[in-house]
Amino acid sequence: MTRMRVRQAIVAALADEMRADETVMLMGEDIAAAGGPFKTSEGLLDEFGPLRVRDTPISEMGFTGAAVGAACMGMRPVVEIMFMEFLGVALDMVVTEAAKFHYLSGGRVSVPMVVRASVGSGGGFGMQHSQTLENWVAATPGLVVATPSDAQAAYGLTRAAIQHDGPVVMLEPRALYAERGDVVRGADGILPLGKARVMRPGSNVTIVALGQTVRVALAAAEELDAEVIDLATLYPWDQTTVLGSVRKTGRLVVVEEAPQSGGWGHEIVSTVTSQLFSALHAAPFRITCPDAPVPYSPSLESRHLPTTEYVRRQVTDYLRTGQVPAPWWLEEGLTA
Amino acid sequence: MTMTPLHSRERRAALSDPLETYRRMNEIRIFEDQIAGLFAEGLVHGTTHTCQGQEALDVALATTLRVDDVVTCTYRGHGIALALGMTPDSVLGEIMGRVSGCIGGVGGSMHLSDLDVGLLPTFAIVGAGVPVAAGAALAFQTRGEDRVAVSVCGDGATNIGAFHEGLNLAAIWKLPVVFVVDNNVYGEYSRIDTTTPITDLSARAASYAMPGESVDGMDLDAVSEALGRHVARARAGEGPSLLEVRTYRFAGHSRADQAAYRPAGELDAWKSRDPLTLRRSALIDAGTATADQLDEIEQSVRDAIADVVERTSATPEPDASAMFRNVWTPAAASPPGQP
Repeated sequence: MTRMRVRQAIVAALADEMRADETVMLMGEDIAAAGGPFKTSEGLLDEFGPLRVRDTPISEMGFTGAAVGAACMGMRPVVEIMFMEFLGVALDMVVTEAAKFHYLSGGRVSVPMVVRASVGSGGGFGMQHSQTLENWVAATPGLVVATPSDAQAAYGLTRAAIQHDGPVVMLEPRALYAERGDVVRGADGILPLGKARVMRPGSNVTIVALGQTVRVALAAAEELDAEVIDLATLYPWDQTTVLGSVRKTGRLVVVEEAPQSGGWGHEIVSTVTSQLFSALHAAPFRITCPDAPVPYSPSLESRHLPTTEYVRRQVTDYLRTGQVPAPWWLEEGLTA
Repeated sequence: MTMTPLHSRERRAALSDPLETYRRMNEIRIFEDQIAGLFAEGLVHGTTHTCQGQEALDVALATTLRVDDVVTCTYRGHGIALALGMTPDSVLGEIMGRVSGCIGGVGGSMHLSDLDVGLLPTFAIVGAGVPVAAGAALAFQTRGEDRVAVSVCGDGATNIGAFHEGLNLAAIWKLPVVFVVDNNVYGEYSRIDTTTPITDLSARAASYAMPGESVDGMDLDAVSEALGRHVARARAGEGPSLLEVRTYRFAGHSRADQAAYRPAGELDAWKSRDPLTLRRSALIDAGTATADQLDEIEQSVRDAIADVVERTSATPEPDASAMFRNVWTPAAASPPGQP
């Protein structure tokens, strides 16, 4: 077990995979000589050389497309998209090419590539560099989408993603890069894709979270008898673990870093409601961001993402009344 | 005479005989003409994009490349698929959505592939194959292999970002890739000179410090000679290049398009340099074949394609299980957590 930051856990995962498999290679903007804008590839150029660790032009469509071609021809490329918004100019390559090629070739072509993109608010980067945008990618058959919530998940999911024979998108909460945690390295530290993590057992309510809402949910759950589940893989998501937990608790809250409309939590709530309707003690609900872009001013940005205090209050009200509480902006009479 | 169906690699190898290249050009032409008829009869649904007039490039690719080289091409890909070696049965089966298709009928006209002859799944997104070909070349370069990737896109793709990003990456990394622009004069329904401010599309190469050349796309020998030079250069590690092949799309953009927007006389002018006619004259002039021999080849191709149509029409459509095959790559074939 080693104490390290999330970004160091990502470097460790990349390095361990590159040592084990010489087809693993990295591409992205400023990832080689500069070690990555968020230092998630520090030192890798020195160890693995310029053929396997490549700085690219600011050209996401080009290098993500190149990763698709290289993956078809037997490499395992990992591309870094500095901010997930930049994937907008390369989305064709991920959703329409990489995710389809196995199907499109009758199973003869595999695209073992990983797209790593930093996501989320909390850094003061403004509304065009702070979105999570999971639903750009999370409903694409053939494409695995995973999000680490701590250093162990960053290590374990990254390694699993690289080992996976199909395309994987890793959405990395930027606000967590500097967070420290204990990491088991090696084969024991690999977290299988598609498997949720029960972060804290509880019996009164199941809280499903992802990425940086996991730490929020864990902090909020401290005084509640809540079971906190880190979904870890968003698509395909671990129905077995979530349904098993709600079968036990009879209540579900999803905490999302996404606007209220159209977020991934609808999928969780819908499935749980359909499957476990008669076992529910109260209506499942979602705690989300408002339907507004991520604002810049620190006092606003900090409220956009559900805070620990807000989640605690919402869940407490829910447990006390059995009713779904209104979101803070409606309580304050605010709408877009 | 009935042609015995061959494996795609055998069909590729057969092209070492010059008469087989003539047979293959005719096979593409007759095949594409048949597709129009099958649509009219309601035997094919959806859309399709045929390539009559562009057969010289298709066959030149097949005779120039090694079978372990790779090609990315567009949704106007029936000709390249047949030329590289795919059997008419597997191509027509796919176009008609039958189990005999190369991917069992789940793809259709725009989605042909055969890795045995280096054809990656054809691209239905304009320009998408350009950076993907660069990436295939990146794999070859990283592993020190002497294989080459060829991207074939249309004239319309030279205005999309993926084209420029793919060329730029290939240039800075000196990748073993040849970018072929099949300039058939029209991007969908629009003439190239209404969408593009330059006449020589190979001039785009200058921005990426790579050689650019334009070649007569109606003459098989001219295309083969030029393509051969560029492929040899890439294989020798000298980097990428851009080859504009000037062809003409005899048909409309897709099956619904009668191409009424073409200036009067333009089609006839290009048809006077039909690549099949030019090839026929060249073979006769060189004494490689007699007119009778070539007539016989044309007739045997017609008969063989008629047989393919008959066989394919009698082939069933896939059952529902085909929809669910190959969605996930094996490790996630049964995603954990799904009940």
